[in-house]
Amino acid sequence: MTKLDSKIPEGPVAEKWTKHKFNLKLVNPANKRKYDIIVVGTGLAGASAAATLAELGYNVKAFCFQDSPRRAHSIAAQGGINAAKNYQNDGDSIFRLFYDTVKGGDYRAREGNVYRLAEVSVNIIDQCVAQGVPFAREYGGLLDNRSFGGAQVSRTFYARGQTGQQLLLGAYSALSRQIGLGNVKMYSRTEMLDLVMIDGAAKGIVTRDLVTGEITSHAGHAVLLCTGGYGNVFYLSTNAQGSNVTAAWRAHKKGAFFANPCFTQIHPTCIPVSGDHQSKLTLMSESLRNDGRVWVPKKVGDKRNPSEIAEDERDYFLERKYPSFGNLVPRDVASRNAKEQCDADKGVGSSGLAVYLDFADAIKRLGENSVRAKYGNLFDMYAQITGENPYKNPMRIYPAVHYTMGGLWVDYNLMTTIPGLYALGEANFSDHGANRLGASALMQGLADGYFVIPYTVGDYLAGIGPKAVDKNHPAFKEAEDKVKAQTKKFLSIKGTKSVTHYHRELGRIMWDYCGMARNAEGLTKAKGLIKELKEDFWKNVKVLGEGEELNQSLEKAGRVADFIELGALMVEDALNRNESCGGHFREEYQTEENEAKRDDDNYAYVAAWEFKGEDKAEELHKENLKFETVKLTQRSYK
Amino acid sequence: MNLTVKVWRQKNSKSEGKMVSYNVKDVSPDMSFLEMFDVLNEDLISKGDEPIAFDHDCREGICGMCSMYINGRAHGPKTGITTCQLHMRSFKDGDTIVVEPWRASAFPVIKDLVVDRGAFDRIINAGGFVSVNTGGVPDANAIPISKIDADAAFDAATCIGCGACVASCKNASASLFVAAKITQLALLPQGQVERASRVEKMVAQMEAEGFGACTNTGACSVECPKEISQDTIAKMNREYYAAKASSKNL
Ligand SMILES: Cc1cc2nc3c(=O)[nH]c(=O)nc-3n(C[C@H](O)[C@H](O)[C@H](O)COP(=O)(O)OP(=O)(O)OC[C@H]3O[C@@H](n4cnc5c(N)ncnc54)[C@H](O)[C@@H]3O)c2cc1C
Ligand code: SF4
Ligand code: FES
Repeated sequence: MTKLDSKIPEGPVAEKWTKHKFNLKLVNPANKRKYDIIVVGTGLAGASAAATLAELGYNVKAFCFQDSPRRAHSIAAQGGINAAKNYQNDGDSIFRLFYDTVKGGDYRAREGNVYRLAEVSVNIIDQCVAQGVPFAREYGGLLDNRSFGGAQVSRTFYARGQTGQQLLLGAYSALSRQIGLGNVKMYSRTEMLDLVMIDGAAKGIVTRDLVTGEITSHAGHAVLLCTGGYGNVFYLSTNAQGSNVTAAWRAHKKGAFFANPCFTQIHPTCIPVSGDHQSKLTLMSESLRNDGRVWVPKKVGDKRNPSEIAEDERDYFLERKYPSFGNLVPRDVASRNAKEQCDADKGVGSSGLAVYLDFADAIKRLGENSVRAKYGNLFDMYAQITGENPYKNPMRIYPAVHYTMGGLWVDYNLMTTIPGLYALGEANFSDHGANRLGASALMQGLADGYFVIPYTVGDYLAGIGPKAVDKNHPAFKEAEDKVKAQTKKFLSIKGTKSVTHYHRELGRIMWDYCGMARNAEGLTKAKGLIKELKEDFWKNVKVLGEGEELNQSLEKAGRVADFIELGALMVEDALNRNESCGGHFREEYQTEENEAKRDDDNYAYVAAWEFKGEDKAEELHKENLKFETVKLTQRSYK
Repeated sequence: MNLTVKVWRQKNSKSEGKMVSYNVKDVSPDMSFLEMFDVLNEDLISKGDEPIAFDHDCREGICGMCSMYINGRAHGPKTGITTCQLHMRSFKDGDTIVVEPWRASAFPVIKDLVVDRGAFDRIINAGGFVSVNTGGVPDANAIPISKIDADAAFDAATCIGCGACVASCKNASASLFVAAKITQLALLPQGQVERASRVEKMVAQMEAEGFGACTNTGACSVECPKEISQDTIAKMNREYYAAKASSKNL
């Protein structure tokens, strides 16, 4: 059995990163241009990595499937980015951010990684401001902050409700500068479809040009997967339509272990589903919970208009159950409580699958204008989608799949189990444990790209030397042929059901049995259903058009095929983890107060899965988590 | 409701395109415009016809990928939103809706409703940034910025690079897009060092890409989903002439 070596440096948690950086090998400046680095994905993680590596002097090739790197899914992040600046003088510190993140993740993340994340968080804000990112400011000209779920300090930096957009455009501008200088070669509308390995190490990728359909390969000394999360395995999620697992999954099938796949985050404040045509769910930023109050009618099945329900007939269930955090409890807690209310038939709206998020008090207290200044674009978005005015009526919200904590297993250097293959941003598993705190994904993506990988990749490259990768090696042709064969296969099935049909079916299975609450019986059932779905897909899927052209159904077919396989692994992982922790809630394991009940004696480990061949069971490897600094406690937000 | 949708179909950049008419049945007013297209596409697939290619990703008005010219207007009949934010409640039973791609020589059609907006990226590559490397920058609060400037910079920075401004301009000018970035960075202290060279380089690239000249018709700003103000164009022009006049950049 392979031993997982996380390469966490020895010593006190606060000194690990400094010490580690000193011990890493360096590539001499004149040699850097002899190395080619492939960066797949140009969201926050990829754009920041590609730009920084090019600034250092490496040759970078970057890839994204959209028509421009500026459109990556990161653009949609609304609420903000955390950093332990303590500008508000309210008791924040690197240690507190570290502590909150480990606790928020329900003690299933690595202390070493999380501390490093908190440590470099302060540099991220400096970097972004230097690039001209227009963060919100106070009248004195200094930066403003807000608070977010799971924290009792104000450490979140924001740019109205469009923080992700502004951060991504900052990283995109740094990347654009390097493209203009010729240090990065950018391939837009290009999708990675396989990893090329030579002698067990990552040496390149196979891509499809989404406009011409041409399948080619690219060689590099290292490959960085910054390809985002896999929330779209649920069909409906807050992710962009194109977000997918393909790059990570194909790397997994080449030997990269996949860690904690069942750890998915359900976000409590999304606009409820309106019908079968629904193609995506829209998030209302968590920052709304700063001023909005969540409630349902006390009476079961109360279908009256909210304005007719008097104060004492309302149950502000989060404030009631969690007096010290109130509406700002972490996401998993808030989501589960909303589901609980709806399951008890107290849900509101026509479907009964919603709770109220009410701003009446905030508007009374602060005035409509202040509320508009803070949340205007979110209110507009809500009105646009639902046709209702949230200044007058409470919003209706329901939880939706939002983020995936699981991902490719990486060590402290962000390297996967394949030498030379790295995973950054949402694509890796490393920092958020079983639940991510709000405003921490942007922080992690940029930490990985700007401040971690530029150090750690050098250590590997210095070790292998700058000898050019042999593009004539048969491994390239072999990988290309495999991809071509898959394209042919999709087009030749000529079945009866569209790709979307399968995606929707998969989503239904995942949401029903591997969603907000899971149990062994349901998971076992899901296993069978996914197996059947996979067989049906490969027999009956209908993909029209040709391979040598822009063909969106073909693109989607590849992504859905991978989602189906990933779904099976998620279910396996959820079945294996006989405990509840963070976003993974196994109904069999809960406290008397219906809170998640961890089993630290048996499950304080990272579950890293190894692919063993098509339709074979994957092998589980365990990385035991050591908590040297933080004491494990039952999370309490009471 | 039932609708007739006339859509531009074009196999690839080399072939000729044409309008094709489709009937879409049972459209719910709660659907988004793109969801209506999903329904139409599923119907086409079931009949063995190739689905209509169109660009989209976030479906919430922020990525700038969606780009449909609907009934003669970029992003459709409502102001301040993108195609993906348009809902079918803006239409009524029996309507005929005409959908075309962005039309501009600098945005060649790739297929159906998909166009190539690479020119926008190349304009940014030419100078739409502050030249700072990662690391070694001052503490964020060492650069105080008045809230008024920060807010104005933010307003300009909300441009999503969708290209509706180009599509709705009779000259196919990219001025609003370019001006938004120039305004953002010219308002901020971080942007001062390269202020003159930036505007010169970006404007030169804009011209090289074959976008038309601005004649101040204002259509861009009206159709811009982020309501970027036309004042930014005046600001860009001032920046440009100031840069040209300063000997440093001759
Ligand atoms: C609606 C919403 C709001 C959010 N709000 C917040 C927030 O307020 N704060 C916060 O911290 N986090 C937030 N998040 C989470 C956060 O936005 C994401 O986790 C983060 O942006 C992911 O960044 P990334 O760089 O890892 O990946 P992404 O931004 O998803 O980028 C993935 C990149 O990979 C490319 N790619 C993928 N597959 C391939 C392939 N096979 N070939 C080539 N290219 C490929 C894509 O083109 C893209 O460039 C939010 C998420 C959502 C959905
Ligand atoms: S200025 Fe407006 S219309 Fe033009 S690209 Fe930007 S957001 Fe789109
Ligand atoms: S799909 Fe992103 S703006 Fe419309």
